[in-house]
Amino acid sequence: MKTFDYTIKDEVGIHARPAGQLVKEAKKYESKITVSINGKSAEATKLMAVMGLGVKCGQTVEVTVEGADEDTACEGIRTFFEENL
Amino acid sequence: MIKLSGKPVYQGIAMGPAAVLRKEDQPVKRIRIADTETEIARLKKAGKEASQQLQKLYEKAKKEVGESSAAIFEVHQMMLEDDDYLDAIHSMICTEMVNAEFAVAMTGDNFAAMFVGMDDDYMKARAADVKDISNRLIRNLSGEKEIDFASMEPSVIVADDLTPSETVQMDKEKILAFVTVHGSANSHTSILARMMNIPALIGVPVNLNEIRSGMTVMVDGFRGEAVFEPSEEIGMAARERIQKEQDKIKLLQELKGKENRTKDGRTINIYANIGSVSDVGYALENDAGGIGLFRSEFLYLGRDDYPSEEEQFQAYRQVVQTMAGKKVIIRTLDIGADKQADYFDLGKEDNPAMGYRAIRICLKEQEIFCTQLRALLRAAVYGNLSVMYPMITSVDEVTKIYEIVERVKEELDTNGIPYKVPEQGIMIETPAAVMISDELAEMVDFFSIGTNDLTQYTLAVDRQNERLDDFYNPHHKAILKMIQMVVDNAHIAGKWAGICGELGADPKLTKRFIDMGIDELSVAPSMILPLREIVREI
Repeated sequence: MKTFDYTIKDEVGIHARPAGQLVKEAKKYESKITVSINGKSAEATKLMAVMGLGVKCGQTVEVTVEGADEDTACEGIRTFFEENL
Repeated sequence: MIKLSGKPVYQGIAMGPAAVLRKEDQPVKRIRIADTETEIARLKKAGKEASQQLQKLYEKAKKEVGESSAAIFEVHQMMLEDDDYLDAIHSMICTEMVNAEFAVAMTGDNFAAMFVGMDDDYMKARAADVKDISNRLIRNLSGEKEIDFASMEPSVIVADDLTPSETVQMDKEKILAFVTVHGSANSHTSILARMMNIPALIGVPVNLNEIRSGMTVMVDGFRGEAVFEPSEEIGMAARERIQKEQDKIKLLQELKGKENRTKDGRTINIYANIGSVSDVGYALENDAGGIGLFRSEFLYLGRDDYPSEEEQFQAYRQVVQTMAGKKVIIRTLDIGADKQADYFDLGKEDNPAMGYRAIRICLKEQEIFCTQLRALLRAAVYGNLSVMYPMITSVDEVTKIYEIVERVKEELDTNGIPYKVPEQGIMIETPAAVMISDELAEMVDFFSIGTNDLTQYTLAVDRQNERLDDFYNPHHKAILKMIQMVVDNAHIAGKWAGICGELGADPKLTKRFIDMGIDELSVAPSMILPLREIVREI
């Protein structure tokens, strides 16, 4: 299992569009990817759940990656966050 | 054959396929089912169709408005494929043994409620997206075709009533006629029908569940009749009359390029009222001398957020450039509880006509107003642009507006952005403005009398209340006296006065208006040539 923290820089937070892109990205991997904040968590492959977290700019999320391809998945997702959020 | 009568709001005759507009959020019936597998198969099929529809919408929007605006359809597609959403629908079908439509509706409501409950305005608004995809699924399940305005063949729009945001997205080339169950002679549907020169019937007792899109319908705006699936005989007669109407329109075309001059040498400007950039085409086609009323609301309606300064600037500039030196009078935002976009968050009012609207919003929420003014001042560089402020009731309001305009000028100066201060006029649409029109005339460059609101406020008759249509008498002596007073006061101050309400297009009053000294009539583009014909006969 691998984890990393990321602080959202996009001023509207994880809004619909990047949430959609995140889902797309997460579906590329076999590993289970979870996004958590304030005790709530959502699987990154589930769009409405991710949006339901209501993550805002300046908040820090914890991303957990677990599975066969967790090394590449973790890198891919981290890059995605850095480039898009 | 189903023959129904209604109240005509624009004469004319048309025939073609019906496009039935049903209100979303119709209650969905709960039906107990035995075969859950069939329901799930239906759901899958509906989902696949929805996905294809959204893909098409995405591609179309991408081509027309760009990638970032089109992205919403991509998000809708992903929402449709969301595991949690689909699982919830599946499990409801299987455990409660209900029809797929009902399961979708309930699940949609639940997810929408989750978004509404979030403490973030952006996320709250996503509830509408969930409802939208759920409605799409339900529509597909029930075999109802969605009306795609872009690829629709020319049709007769049949609806309960139309909202401004619905009419905004219609491709006007493709509307043959309107038939609505509700609406009044002054509702948006009626105004739109007059603008587009197409027959419209309101108050038609049509059962929308009996009518299918694609059914042939004949609309007779002279007799106030709508006939669904007309007999061969009625169809033939209609076609003949349509031909005759077209011949008459052709004759009017010969008046193009001629002056609006009476036999005794008096002239009057006849301008066009328009509601969107694409309406400029109608204005030019009908030989308008200018644009007397450009309703800027279209920029604000039917969208999720305020239009940016740049977007507004481009729209205004395009209109003044297209009109090539002819006068273009743009009315600043005239929005209120009866005509609003969700993001304004105006709430419901008991009496929207007398409520928080138009210039009142602009003076309270100055950021919205400043953005529009900046765009207008910048666009004024490109042609003959004038600005008009709606709903004025006092001298003080005009003073405040001018202060804001000064501030906007300073800002533009500071940033070195080129601009021009346009002519500034006001709408005279409240009895208060009429009574102090002598003082107001000293302050502004022109008056334009908005007879629809002036009549409603003077006669205490709500324009939206169809039961009052018989009491709405714009020929009332009180109104005509007020118009005379406004014109006289304008002329004393050396300013001009026009009429931009529906009354301006009333052929029975054209002579009277010229006698009164009215300088300009701003009317629906389709009325310009008929009025010119009348003026030339006086």
